[in-house]
Amino acid sequence: MLTAEIWPTLDYSRVPYRLYHDADTYEREQERIFRGPTWHFLALAAEIPGNGDFRATQVGDTPVIVNRDASGVIHAFVNRCAHRGALVRRESSGNATEHTCIYHQWCYRLDGSLNSIPFRRGIRGKGGLDAGFDMAAHGLRKLRVASINGALFGTLADHAEPLEDYLGAPVLAQLRRLFDRPVRVLGYNRQRIRANWKLYAENTRDNYHASLLHEFLVTFGLDRSTQVGGVTMDARHRHNITWAEADSDTAEVASEAYGEARVRSNYLTLREPELVRFRRERADPLNLAVTSVFPGAVFVQISNSLAVRQIRPRGVDEVEIFQTMLGYEDDPPQMVLHRLRQANLVGPAGLVSMEDGEAIELAHRASRPDGDSMTVIELGGAGVISDRDYRVTDVPLRGFWSYYAELLGIEPAGAVR
Amino acid sequence: MTPGVLGDRFALYDLFAAYGALIDASDFDAWLDLFAESCTYHIVPLENYERGLPAGLVFCDSRAVLEDRIGALREANKYNIHTDRHLIGLPRVVGAAAKEALVEAPFAVYQTDQEGESRLFETGLYRDRIVSEAGILKFRDKLVLLDTFAVPSLLSTPL
Repeated sequence: MLTAEIWPTLDYSRVPYRLYHDADTYEREQERIFRGPTWHFLALAAEIPGNGDFRATQVGDTPVIVNRDASGVIHAFVNRCAHRGALVRRESSGNATEHTCIYHQWCYRLDGSLNSIPFRRGIRGKGGLDAGFDMAAHGLRKLRVASINGALFGTLADHAEPLEDYLGAPVLAQLRRLFDRPVRVLGYNRQRIRANWKLYAENTRDNYHASLLHEFLVTFGLDRSTQVGGVTMDARHRHNITWAEADSDTAEVASEAYGEARVRSNYLTLREPELVRFRRERADPLNLAVTSVFPGAVFVQISNSLAVRQIRPRGVDEVEIFQTMLGYEDDPPQMVLHRLRQANLVGPAGLVSMEDGEAIELAHRASRPDGDSMTVIELGGAGVISDRDYRVTDVPLRGFWSYYAELLGIEPAGAVR
Repeated sequence: MTPGVLGDRFALYDLFAAYGALIDASDFDAWLDLFAESCTYHIVPLENYERGLPAGLVFCDSRAVLEDRIGALREANKYNIHTDRHLIGLPRVVGAAAKEALVEAPFAVYQTDQEGESRLFETGLYRDRIVSEAGILKFRDKLVLLDTFAVPSLLSTPL
């Protein structure tokens, strides 16, 4: 049984490895975190533009359908038949006037309510359901849905705070920045990593690893820790924005920090320099903005490649990263091509991001045999959890664990938040 | 006899046999030589292709980008230590003309780790445009359609 005793320190600078490997912990996370008072990115309104359009998605490991009804209103509900628990909608996307389970053909409306049951009154007065069977009480379990400029979020908890309060001002500003005009989906990619989902959630908050593990960033001058940048969190420190400003360091400073051998002249060694060239799109100078929303959504700008990632746990030992690549509806053809080229940087085959899969698999593999050992999270110092205006830090991981402990009911007395 | 560019069908088979063998041997210079001077190489998840979505996992719209990807693989990227084994099915000629041929071939790639454990890594279909340069068949456009679009771990070496 998990208790507050598990934490060796009150600032989450030590995390026991067994939290990544314990099957009971996984079930508790699904209940208290994913089905708890948290909000989850479901899909984009742009993916279901027409009435009746639907998409399959996930909240934790719970299958969810998000769709637009006949009058254009968006609903989301658990994709699990109220009768026998079967997956109702099998396709990953499409258009429908209703959702019918193939098993016994229980049929649901696009708001998730139960519409009809075959042989409800039996045949020739025999069989079927009792007259008192309450159709209204046997719909698909509904999610509350809210939108930030067309980015659709859902929660399974009636008592979750409003989405905008949950996100907090800095994250809200980042989402409004990313979705400041209508988006268009350029494609999807999926990566199945043999590691616990929290290792990935931590990785997106870990500024320290970026320019060390991802050598491509430094080698080709795309992103370096010597740039102006930092980490910005919400007031509860559960979310994080890792950011950096373009052209805010010099080759000399970078060479001194990394050693001459690892820093090339910017762009010059690539045969196609457009792969890493940042085309400024906004008034602000950010060329890196990775916004992690607790527990499982990541909104990503790396140069001109834009994406939303869903962290989809698949049991304690595996996670799927489902990534939706984005552009804007008003992108001219040359910008679409630029984004498609820069899509080479991210995803399971990403020139920048492929290493994440390997790094967290290594961490998952070697940490398993000794669950009483613990990880060290002290870059940027131990103690207080706060924003930093520098890049060699992993403080936001401690913010993640703080909120994790609160939701799991294992927050020790006197712990930092 | 195949009409047009293909000429001797054995030359086509040799091209596909060399393609898989050179990747498995990590001989990427020789592998790049199988592509025409002007070429493209795309790895696209089937779920994108079927929906008409343009994004790929690997998007090389020119030889320069393809060479950059190989350069990064050698100089910058860190990935799972493994060996590849390509099993490529017989190429099927979908269309052949005087200057080019459209050819499809199914493939499976197994990966083996350092402990000797092999697993199916990817299966899918090549859809290629093949041309003749100085009498030698080359890939002008190679589209790697991934059936296994939930990529296990990560995708580093070309498929």
